[in-house]
Amino acid sequence: MIKRFGQLGHTTLELLAGLGRALIILLSAITHMPNIRKGYPLFVKQVYSVGVLSLIIIIVSGLFIGMVLALQGHGVLIDYGAEASLGPMVALSLLRELGPVVTALLFAGRAGSALTAEIGLMKATEQLSSMEMMAVDPLRRVIAPRFWAGLFCMPLLAAIFSMVGIFGSHLVGVVWLGVDQGTFWSVMQGDVDFADIVNGTIKAVSFAFVVTWIAVFKGYDCVPTSEGISRATTSSVVQASLVVLGLDFILTAIMFT
Amino acid sequence: MSDTLVEIKNLTFNREERCIYNGISLNIPKGKVTAIMGPSGIGKTTLLRLIGGQLKPASGDILFAGQNIPELSRSALYEIRKRISMLFQSGALFTDMSVFDNVAFPIREHTKLPENIIEKMVMMKLEVVGLRGARHLKPSELSGGMARRAALARAIALDPELILYDEPFAGQDPISMGVIVRLIKDLNDALGLTSVVVSHDVHEVMSIADYIYIVAEQKIIGQGTPDEIRAQQSPLVRQFIKGEHDGPVPFHFPAKDFKDDLLGGKL
Amino acid sequence: MSKKIEIWVGFFVALGIAAFVSLALNVANSGIQGGDNSYQLYAKFDNIGGLKVRSPIKVGGVVVGRISDIRLDAEDYLPIVTLDIYEEYNQFSEATSLSILTAGLLGEQYIGLEPGFVDEELGIGILQPNDYVEDTKSAIVLEELIGQFLFSQSED
Ligand SMILES: Nc1ncnc2c1ncn2[C@@H]1O[C@H](COP(=O)(O)OP(=O)(O)O)[C@@H](O)[C@H]1O
Ligand SMILES: [Mg+2]
Repeated sequence: MIKRFGQLGHTTLELLAGLGRALIILLSAITHMPNIRKGYPLFVKQVYSVGVLSLIIIIVSGLFIGMVLALQGHGVLIDYGAEASLGPMVALSLLRELGPVVTALLFAGRAGSALTAEIGLMKATEQLSSMEMMAVDPLRRVIAPRFWAGLFCMPLLAAIFSMVGIFGSHLVGVVWLGVDQGTFWSVMQGDVDFADIVNGTIKAVSFAFVVTWIAVFKGYDCVPTSEGISRATTSSVVQASLVVLGLDFILTAIMFT
Repeated sequence: MSDTLVEIKNLTFNREERCIYNGISLNIPKGKVTAIMGPSGIGKTTLLRLIGGQLKPASGDILFAGQNIPELSRSALYEIRKRISMLFQSGALFTDMSVFDNVAFPIREHTKLPENIIEKMVMMKLEVVGLRGARHLKPSELSGGMARRAALARAIALDPELILYDEPFAGQDPISMGVIVRLIKDLNDALGLTSVVVSHDVHEVMSIADYIYIVAEQKIIGQGTPDEIRAQQSPLVRQFIKGEHDGPVPFHFPAKDFKDDLLGGKL
Repeated sequence: MSKKIEIWVGFFVALGIAAFVSLALNVANSGIQGGDNSYQLYAKFDNIGGLKVRSPIKVGGVVVGRISDIRLDAEDYLPIVTLDIYEEYNQFSEATSLSILTAGLLGEQYIGLEPGFVDEELGIGILQPNDYVEDTKSAIVLEELIGQFLFSQSED
């Protein structure tokens, strides 16, 4: 019994210590926002590997999810003669939920895992240590540009996802299934508020924050061996996905009730 | 003492429960090559990290030019580190940059020099290690010896006062070993550097070191110039120099009695 | 850093911003269409059902404007609807009637506008901006309709 308590205490302390380390990394990443002269090229390079390289998967997924939404939605709505509502149904699902959430999940899998593995490998090969010994702070030089690039790219990716998704639903709904084009867009415009876009963007920024934070922290904090890196990468994706889904529920409860 | 660059006094360091150093003291004289020898896993890398301020000792002082490293603030420590270079065992080149950019890295980070001057400086350093022709290669395209020389060029990029070499000879073929031995010696004499070489390669160390410390069992078990070391009668030192497989320095990692482990059943 | 990376990043950022702008303009109605080129009419209904701000106003299926505001009259507590009618449709008669209609069984509600005739002799002129449309038919509320139907059935 006493032993159990001891274990519980040990686990709790370890959890708290981990959280503390994560906060320290977050703080120094935030305070080391890339500056114009030295930080800009680093930031651009990270936007390339985090954002541009995620573009294909985001566009393809957005297109197919929009097309499937239109197909499924049309099947249900037509029973009630309400296929005019196809536009707002698709647009609201994408802007409020699927855009930010699916983008965040794909982003965690595509960019987050790469960030964790890259930083973990830099740690294991002593690149971070040697940087420190050269009086260059790896938190500023390595972590901060990656963090800011993630924070910058994901909301853009989410917007691209939603736009492509609506385009896909237009393809299926209007071009294929014959919903009137004018009705599709005008009813969508009638029901979608600018606030929906704002709320979706707030979600995207929040998800970008947690996914990138978890990714860089897991890499920086990993056990510097091949096994440690592979574990850190897995847990980066798993934890980021779970946190995104939980956070989505909380944000939805705050925004839409 | 003005001719001492680094002075370690009564240093104690523990890793988790295990004691790595128990009150050791040593001096690293300015402008000389000091070697620290000892079997693997004894804590040689740890000692270099302690000097670089990456680890904090449990007690004791590490004085670099009079400043006590463990007590320095972060910014003061970073200032000191600009005067120290460390050559990591793995080389630790940045894998996403070319050899040229690796060597230029510390210069770009710490100075505001224009790119054409940086280029000249980098070329000079690469010339010293004989890798000027390999400047466009990525670290993954280098052989082990070339990678270590590239890392050496990076380490001397900003003309440090002290270079810490962690196992510079390990895993090198005899030719590149010879090249590195000569480089360490030449750099030390030509640039007036202070060098600390950590190694267990007795022969190479004996050929370049001005002064040698032998570390084992959390302590310094022997010290002196290479000739003094060869003449030492202490069985510990003799075992290490001659490379006998077992003797006063135990072959086993510290453990409970073997019989207890076998019969006790619990770890 | 290579030019290729910079070009790609520029393309990516432009695409992202374009996505935001097109979402804001085409998907959400940010009130940009018909903002200046419309005039207002008012109408009082007994019951507007599911009518909303931005619901369309149609003549024979053609959208001629949108609802810009819905509020309650302070005195008789009847809903007053503000209609934004596009500028080019400015010849509606005072005899115009409005009814709240539903697209499909459960669909979107909109205002159907039935243009009457202009007859100077009878004193029926053209609706001027900010006039009230007198002839309005309220929304048909499905539940009431079903209730009436059941009621009339049980009376037989
Ligand atoms: N990060 C670490 N955490 C815990 N123990 C470590 C760590 N690094 C090294 N050690 C232990 O410290 C001892 C000294 O390591 P090290 O300084 O690398 O030895 P050497 O360089 O002499 O081979 C080793 O026995 C090793 O087990
Ligand atoms: Mg070592």
